[in-house]
Amino acid sequence: MSSIITVQNVSKSYWRNKIEIPVLNNISINVEQGEFLALMGPSGSGKTTLLNLIAGIDKPSAGEIIINGTVISSLGESALAKWRANNVGFVFQFYNLIPVLTAFENVELPLLLTKLSKAERKKQVETALTLVGLGDRMHHAPKQLSGGQEQRVAIARAIVTDPVIIVADEPTGDLDRSSAEEILILLGRLNKEFQKTIIMVTHDPHAAESANIIKHIDKGDLVGA
Amino acid sequence: MKILKIIFANALRHKLRTTLTILGIAIAVIAFGVLRTVVTVWDSSVDAAAANRLITRQAVSFIFPLPYAYKEKIKNVEGVKEVSFANWFGGVYKDKNNFFTRMCVDADTYFDVLPEFIISPEELENFKKERNACVIGQEIAVQYNLKLGDQMVLEGDIFPGQWEFVVRGIYKPKNKNTDDTQMLFHWDYINERMKAEAPLRAGSVGWYIVQIENPNDAAEVSEKIDALFKNSSAETKTETEKAFTQGFVAASSAIITAMNFMSFVIIGIIMLVLANTMIMAARERTREYAVLKTLGFSAFHIIGLILGESLVIALIGGGIGIALTYPIVAGFEQAMPKGFFPFFYIEPITTILALSAAIIIGILASIFPIQRALKTNIVDGFRFVG
Repeated sequence: MSSIITVQNVSKSYWRNKIEIPVLNNISINVEQGEFLALMGPSGSGKTTLLNLIAGIDKPSAGEIIINGTVISSLGESALAKWRANNVGFVFQFYNLIPVLTAFENVELPLLLTKLSKAERKKQVETALTLVGLGDRMHHAPKQLSGGQEQRVAIARAIVTDPVIIVADEPTGDLDRSSAEEILILLGRLNKEFQKTIIMVTHDPHAAESANIIKHIDKGDLVGA
Repeated sequence: MKILKIIFANALRHKLRTTLTILGIAIAVIAFGVLRTVVTVWDSSVDAAAANRLITRQAVSFIFPLPYAYKEKIKNVEGVKEVSFANWFGGVYKDKNNFFTRMCVDADTYFDVLPEFIISPEELENFKKERNACVIGQEIAVQYNLKLGDQMVLEGDIFPGQWEFVVRGIYKPKNKNTDDTQMLFHWDYINERMKAEAPLRAGSVGWYIVQIENPNDAAEVSEKIDALFKNSSAETKTETEKAFTQGFVAASSAIITAMNFMSFVIIGIIMLVLANTMIMAARERTREYAVLKTLGFSAFHIIGLILGESLVIALIGGGIGIALTYPIVAGFEQAMPKGFFPFFYIEPITTILALSAAIIIGILASIFPIQRALKTNIVDGFRFVG
């Protein structure tokens, strides 16, 4: 298998009141196509920062990140936005659905940036929502859905563009045990049945068991595999 | 279409806040519209002035009269086509609140020199041949339910006593800004009684209205007229009708300037109110903008969302304000003393200005929230707790 994600000697620091706060120290990781990687670590360890760097929503202070052959660490803001739209599906802890849109419209959002026709968009949205088991909830507003259902809508939104990688930041962190289990099963299916490469940040060992690779980060350093 | 849906849905997310902001904008637009209407109506009297007419008045002040004898001398000046004259009468018609212009005029020439007062030849003839006849504007006829042959009695103040007139003509205005609230009657009728009761006041007119052959000769003809009476006991000042009217308006210029200023201050205040609403709205949506950026939406989309929401609120408020300004101005006109303003209507430019103001408010109010939304990077956006 080939590396779809290459993180080479990446460091990241933030500046607060002229004081440099190092978050990641010279991290290197390779993720193969179709892997399901869980990044674990305590709060403040830098796991979400690493996820953000891989997803292209933040930039490293040093080092290089190559995703599917593209050196995303050297892309400008506009190019990076286009790259994200075409290559990454996002699942957040708090779902982050747009409250004024229905489930269907939330899932359709990333497709509005493509050249697909309305009929093509409808077909893809329906496919994605059916895949996550919400074919009968398409026209419900987020507030009419349970937390687990909202997260499934978010997963449908993440996969509707058929992205190269799916990044999930604590996807079960805000859910009850039963809903969390459903989400983990769904992510597992996406990985196994659809060969989606998934990187998931979690500090829940049970959630991490869904992944086939687990890496630990502590104080900005990769500490195990 | 989805973006439009988000814009409208966002605008209505906080219904009370949006409703109050829309009401604020509507009230500001109404205030702006009413103030601008007063200002434009005031200014339109200047616009109504004819280019081929000069006004000759007493050089010291408009309130001092000129000798009637000047008429023929002025008429003989080269470039003068016709000369008429008028005198302010004042007086009270039934009630002192019934305010409209009442003037004694040269019956033979007045309607020739002021063709914007349209009167039928028969009525004009009847007016000319009857010494105590009067002509009234059609608005006065409607307001006081007067028709041809009716009597009008004025209680004089400048010219004391009771004065009885018979309505022999009702004139129509030629243009929208022609005053159709005047009552005009024979100067001769007043002058004859003055000869008997106050001889020293007889033989005087208020001002001359000089019709000239060529408007381009206005300055030259004015100089010639004034030269005729130089070093006399009643020197004259001749100027175009427009300059003469501007002189009147200038007397109220401080009030007009204040009204003008206030109309724009109101717009400024409401801009701050809308800006405050938009800042709060954009702040609450920081995470949503971060989500959209994450999904690949560009700065252009974020600008569209915030600007669109601001414009939707501003235009709804502006639209309601403009729609309500019409009945409010009509009510305002009814509430004012009759004849206070000879005409009172909303000029198209006022509506255009109000609508433009609403659009400009919408744009300006969105600048700061747009700037903030664009400056906030995605990571900080997700960390934001509103």
